[in-house]
Amino acid sequence: MNFFDNHKKLFITALASFVGLTVIVAILPAMNNQKNNAPLPNAVPLSEEAFLGKQSFIANGCVSCHTQQVRNVDMDKVWGSRPGIAADYAGITRTDFWRNTATLMGTERTGPDLTNVGTRQGSQAWNLLHLYQPRAVVEKSIMPAYPWLFEVKNEVEPGEVEVIVPDAFRKGVNGKIIAKKEALYLVAYLQSLKQAALPDGKAPAEFLYKKEQKPVADGKNGSLNLPDGEMLYVKNCASCHQANGEGLKGAFPPLKGSPVVMSDDLELYVKIIMLGYDAREEFAVMNAVGTDNKLSPEEVTAIINYEKTSWGNNAKTVTPEEVKKIMDFIKLTAEK
Amino acid sequence: MEPKNIFSESGIILTLILILIPVIIASVIVIIRAYATIKYYLKKKELEKFNESLARLSPEEIKKLEKRKRELEFALSNNELGGVAPPGDVKGLIHNVSEVGAIRFVAQKKKSQPRPHIEPDLTKLILWYLGCATFWLLFGTTIGEYLGIKFVAPDADHFSWLSFGRLRPVHTNAVFWGWASLAMLGLAYYVVPRVSNVPIASIRTGYRSLVLINVSVIAGSICLMAGINNGGGEYREYIWPVMTLFGIGVFISLRNFFKTIARRTTKEIYVSNWYIISAMMFLLVIAVVAYWPSLQTGLGETIIQGYYMHQGVGMWFMLFNLGLMYYFLPQQLNKPIYSYSLGILAFWAQILFYTLIGTHHFIFSAIPWWLQTVAIVGSAGMIIPVVAGTTNFLMTFKGSWSKLSGSYTLPFYLIGIIFYFTGSLQGTAEAFRFTNLVWHFTDFTVAHSHLTMYGIISFMLWGFIYTIVPRLTGKEPPQVAVGAHFWLALIGLLFYTFPLMYGSTLRGLLWMEGKPFIESVELMAPYWLWRAIGGSLMWLSHIVFAYNLYVMIRKKKEIVIPTSAIDILKAKEELDKQTVTI
Repeated sequence: MNFFDNHKKLFITALASFVGLTVIVAILPAMNNQKNNAPLPNAVPLSEEAFLGKQSFIANGCVSCHTQQVRNVDMDKVWGSRPGIAADYAGITRTDFWRNTATLMGTERTGPDLTNVGTRQGSQAWNLLHLYQPRAVVEKSIMPAYPWLFEVKNEVEPGEVEVIVPDAFRKGVNGKIIAKKEALYLVAYLQSLKQAALPDGKAPAEFLYKKEQKPVADGKNGSLNLPDGEMLYVKNCASCHQANGEGLKGAFPPLKGSPVVMSDDLELYVKIIMLGYDAREEFAVMNAVGTDNKLSPEEVTAIINYEKTSWGNNAKTVTPEEVKKIMDFIKLTAEK
Repeated sequence: MEPKNIFSESGIILTLILILIPVIIASVIVIIRAYATIKYYLKKKELEKFNESLARLSPEEIKKLEKRKRELEFALSNNELGGVAPPGDVKGLIHNVSEVGAIRFVAQKKKSQPRPHIEPDLTKLILWYLGCATFWLLFGTTIGEYLGIKFVAPDADHFSWLSFGRLRPVHTNAVFWGWASLAMLGLAYYVVPRVSNVPIASIRTGYRSLVLINVSVIAGSICLMAGINNGGGEYREYIWPVMTLFGIGVFISLRNFFKTIARRTTKEIYVSNWYIISAMMFLLVIAVVAYWPSLQTGLGETIIQGYYMHQGVGMWFMLFNLGLMYYFLPQQLNKPIYSYSLGILAFWAQILFYTLIGTHHFIFSAIPWWLQTVAIVGSAGMIIPVVAGTTNFLMTFKGSWSKLSGSYTLPFYLIGIIFYFTGSLQGTAEAFRFTNLVWHFTDFTVAHSHLTMYGIISFMLWGFIYTIVPRLTGKEPPQVAVGAHFWLALIGLLFYTFPLMYGSTLRGLLWMEGKPFIESVELMAPYWLWRAIGGSLMWLSHIVFAYNLYVMIRKKKEIVIPTSAIDILKAKEELDKQTVTI
């Protein structure tokens, strides 16, 4: 064909087809998307510290392994209470003159999704130790350690945060391990990662590909229709208190033989799970794990019963009804 | 996902097929044996009858048979035409005589073709491109190898510049923009002028382009390790000033090629140049769109990212390599491409479908549902150009399969073509919504990108390099070393990808079950180890490749002991001359 024997005509046709399709599938949707979406009214803008922390997050390429997107499929339910929507990202603009927008949605989940990590794991002490040496808190983790975000000093000066590191992970370190500003910023950023609630009356999109919920019978306490306590423990508690229930010395208290776990004072126990705890100097502050993760009375019961009957603990188990009563009471006082 | 539907799960179906294959084969064998037994008995009956008739033969009949026997036994003495004189090669037609002087451990392959005339200046430019590309291959994959080790030994080092998140983009960008891009451009400096039948418009421009791209990759790698990156979009990690250098580099080479094609002495534009010029134009479009600041707020960034990362691989690397293949494959097989028009169909189909598929990296995310569907449809449409291209290449191979065993370059071509088919169609399968559930976010994607960027692109490039460098320099690599390169790379790639795909499938299923995340990390440990082992083999093969390239281009003259009659006489003549002057 003569038409294609003319190099100008041929290459202009090819280029025009490509550019035309580019406009349709990339440029117009992108422009449309950024024009028609605004941040949610409930979204909290990044604080100055969290903003600096985000710079660190970008610089260290954390997005290589951590996504920040909750897909509208059932398996992503663990990463957030609702699927992500365009408005969640609408407030993110160009980082600076040199660098592009960082929505940090990511394409690899070598590590967990971080969309809601501020809610799921809000503890500063845990996050700092985890950054210093992930394997100190999560034995099987393959995350890189970031010791250069910390320094070793002889004295802790006011305003500084010391990180209590188990002996096995501080070989060759003489002195106290102090978090540098960069580490604190990074943790502030991680703590700020929370899914914003939709405006009142707006129902979130549904999670697709639903899995049939089958309550697992927990043979140990004999009560049927309770979720799997061990799995819930691993998901919600083990990163601090460890899978063996022994905690980490100087940071997270053991549950094995713990007086709170063993006693019959269920009210204190449920309160700690739901609202957090900061009564003991020698340990880090515990976050409101139960409330943050929206644990149901059945789930709390399953966790309590698992803790009461594991690692040699041998205390009387409880029923969901008892726990529910206390949780209702906690909710009531919180509302007042 | 209910257990009663277990037989609709592809994994189960696959397992069943795998079990059924030997069962079916066994039944076929049984049937064949039974048939043979029955036939045996029938024949035996027939023989008995025949023996009876044999006893009743008349003398005439026997005479007739004996006459026929003599006729059948007639034979030539085999020297009716040749006579009995000793053999000789009066016209000098016999070359490349392969004599067995010692035990041969590896099969001897065909030598490279004699060198066509290429300007020495152009030769030098091409060798510079290929040399730089090989450096980036070694650099990029050394880093990749180290990253693979870090999955097994996360505390291998604690330097910020070498931490995983910073090194990963150094690896991907160095092999993309350093290795593959420079190798492709270098080869294009050979192909574009040749198929246009004119010299290249400007050699100097070629060097400028080479310098710009090298500077871009050096600066980019340093920036990334120092923690300066563009914000996290894959393959878009270089900040805009760095990527601009790369873009200018490609742009000036594009103009150079365009001018060359404009001066061509052929009427048609050979299809290679369709692909090559388009790939370069499209890359520039892609880069401008990807770095254009006003499209990047919020999810706009993600939509552009999906478009960019896939057009980068599909419209730059793949399109460019297909163009090179349309030149090198027919040339290596010494026959025309099977169907020119199939190549052109694939060209337009690739533009139509590939451009649409970018967002299939963000299925189920917050980008518009219709856009995701378009991407999935486009991914399915990719079957057309992929099948067209593969058919074209394989049909060109048809009838020349015997050349495969005698060539050290063609195996690279064939593996490239096979992975072009399987790797690309795997991409289509991965884009479907259900497979996304299982495989998205896992290392399946990593395996896929290695099957394609390595299995297709790198294997093709190696084939092309082994084809032209001996022609440019007149020196061939040791055939054993080329074989070692080929097998290490191929086996390494299989060790790398297969365990990773298997493990990732298990990981995806674990996630779907809602098991604690850390269990899925533990599960991957052995597969990550396999990946590191496979990666090591691949890395070793690159060292062998670098050595081969060195052998092919080193300046030092070898000591040649003359073997042919011409050379021996020439040497004698020169020796005599020297003795005369003394």
